[in-house]
Amino acid sequence: MSATTIPSRPSLRGIRWRPVSNFFSGLTRLATFSILALLAILLSTILVNGLPGLSFRFISTIPKKDFFEPGSAAVLPMIVGTTVRVFVMTLFVIPIGVITAIYLTEYAASSSLYTRVIRAAVNNLAGVPSIVFGLFGVGFFINFIGRGFDSLTHQAGPQLGQPCLLWASMTLAVMTLPVVIVATEESLKSILPGLREASLALGATKLQTIIRVVLPNALTGILTGGILAISRAAGEVAPILFTGVAYYMRDLPKSPTDQFMDLGYHIYVLSTQSPNIDQTKPVLYATVLVLLVLTFSLNGIGILARARLRRSGRSDS
Amino acid sequence: MTHGRNSSRRTAGWGGIYRGHRARVGERLAEMGIFVVSLSAIALIFLIFLFVGREAWPILIQSDSVNSAAVQDVIPAVDLPKLSPEQIRAYLGIDAAQLDRMDSETIRELMLVREEAFASLPQSLQRDPDARLNTVRWRSLILPHQWAGYSRPEFIWQPIGEIHKYNIVPLLVGSLKTSLIGLAFAVPFALGAAIYVSQIARPRLREWLKPAVELLSGIPSVVMGSFALIVMATVLQRFFGYETRLNAFVAGIALGMAVIPIVFSIAEDALTSVPRSFIQAALALGASEWQAAWQIALPAALPGVFAGVVLGFGRAVGETMIVLLVCSASVMSWNIFDSARSITTTIAAEMAEAVAGNHHYRVLFLLGTILFAVTFVTNLLGDIFIHRLKRRLEGKQ
Repeated sequence: MSATTIPSRPSLRGIRWRPVSNFFSGLTRLATFSILALLAILLSTILVNGLPGLSFRFISTIPKKDFFEPGSAAVLPMIVGTTVRVFVMTLFVIPIGVITAIYLTEYAASSSLYTRVIRAAVNNLAGVPSIVFGLFGVGFFINFIGRGFDSLTHQAGPQLGQPCLLWASMTLAVMTLPVVIVATEESLKSILPGLREASLALGATKLQTIIRVVLPNALTGILTGGILAISRAAGEVAPILFTGVAYYMRDLPKSPTDQFMDLGYHIYVLSTQSPNIDQTKPVLYATVLVLLVLTFSLNGIGILARARLRRSGRSDS
Repeated sequence: MTHGRNSSRRTAGWGGIYRGHRARVGERLAEMGIFVVSLSAIALIFLIFLFVGREAWPILIQSDSVNSAAVQDVIPAVDLPKLSPEQIRAYLGIDAAQLDRMDSETIRELMLVREEAFASLPQSLQRDPDARLNTVRWRSLILPHQWAGYSRPEFIWQPIGEIHKYNIVPLLVGSLKTSLIGLAFAVPFALGAAIYVSQIARPRLREWLKPAVELLSGIPSVVMGSFALIVMATVLQRFFGYETRLNAFVAGIALGMAVIPIVFSIAEDALTSVPRSFIQAALALGASEWQAAWQIALPAALPGVFAGVVLGFGRAVGETMIVLLVCSASVMSWNIFDSARSITTTIAAEMAEAVAGNHHYRVLFLLGTILFAVTFVTNLLGDIFIHRLKRRLEGKQ
């Protein structure tokens, strides 16, 4: 009954004229295409208004304090800050996420209590509001761990007990853990059982099988998870508001204990703090465009890699 | 995967680990490590609850150590010998360990400072009964209060000025108002699109429609927020002709755009998972595609669709940057064309000003705890609905 088997379908359906059904079908189509139209308006507005503001100077210089003026605005430190914070994040989130996924798919029985509780926790973690992660970053990383370290090492001033790049990245790692776990699980599940069985039959232990056979085959999926986590984290502002972002810095961040500037937060600053919003608009659009290019290209890579993974998994099985 | 077939019969070992062969010590240790790391998600949920709740704890137990009153009762320093240690601690707002470290001279100094601070306050404030109110008591947090200068008891959130007013009801209303507007906007579109993409569109069209709609979820909320602030607010005002340019309505529509991909994805998945044979049977009996979608597929997928709406609500309540950019004045009003301030916005906007450890800081963490609890419940509900959908489609109702 699917469209591929009966090419002349419209004429078949046309046997009886059904105004009510056609009307409602039309409504659902309208809903779909209005969403796409909204998306198109959003993207084209940003593209049309943002492109003129883009220049090599814009993305490659450190701005002076008044970054609201089109003449002196630039976003190099924001690009660096956003990029560095998401890459530091992957150092924490990928190992933990991958190991959790290995436990869930390779070791634990799918119906055991541990699995169910871990899965429930992962689902829940995925739904926690990003601002709560920000509060958690303050309460746990900065106040508890950071201050704890500072008082242990008897530093003169606060070193770790203050907002910085490290804590912002770790807060984001907590936030994106579910993304990595789910993506890795998906790729581990798509590996043929026969591959594992062959390895075990040749005398490898379970751990050797996982390290030598399963993980190399799951690499694409793990990378996809990392990319999806990065693209999610790159646009988030709420978790880093109190854990490390700075309104303005004269220099690029030099160490993990430095604060940093950030593209998303800079968009917030440009749209709310500007003394003359009409003058700032071109800068704002250009900055938004830079952030969108960054997140969309990462997202695109993730989606493509995942589609490829699914296709290969399907054709194998 | 590998053990899926037989694991139910064999008992799993320590930490639920099923291996199927004996292992050397090193391997066993590594497995223990894997098990311990895999508990991190559970540990994190606990830690979030613990450390966000810990900062709000003194308010939750209504401890005397947090007192937001602008004017606090003064005990003359000469009365120090008559006071018990508990009274001193409550009066100075310090804990037992801090008290132990102080000698009586320090305590007397502190009490003198308090006396001086009181004396330096303006007379009007000293006589104002509102100024003696500890506004972090549950009564002030939740119930309306008759403030001086107001004609009737009101809910007010106003953490600045001499008297800190911490009524959280306007914020709850703000969060609910913007989220409900967002859902009211998002659900018809998302559901319509889900029905169209999963049931009516041709497979080839479907293949690119789904990722195209989901592209919307790749737009960071700060971008959506600034787009709403700069473009949508003006367009909507011209269209609807209301007075204040930035209001809960604009924020709600922008929230709705952020929520559409979530509701769409989950509802579309649920509708697609309805067995094709159900639809084919309906079509064979002469139903139109719309009738099959509306009367067969939608009822079968209802729990999943519900899950989408509930999780979309959770996302809307937890969204920060959109409402922060679009509107911020906290007014107690259900009118959708008034401004609104949500819980998330309040935390984001005021955290930087709040002094660590004081009453304002603790109230903000209390808001965070409430937010966490609300989304915890919505996530749980979403999970239950999805689970129910699975059972229903497997015929285990």
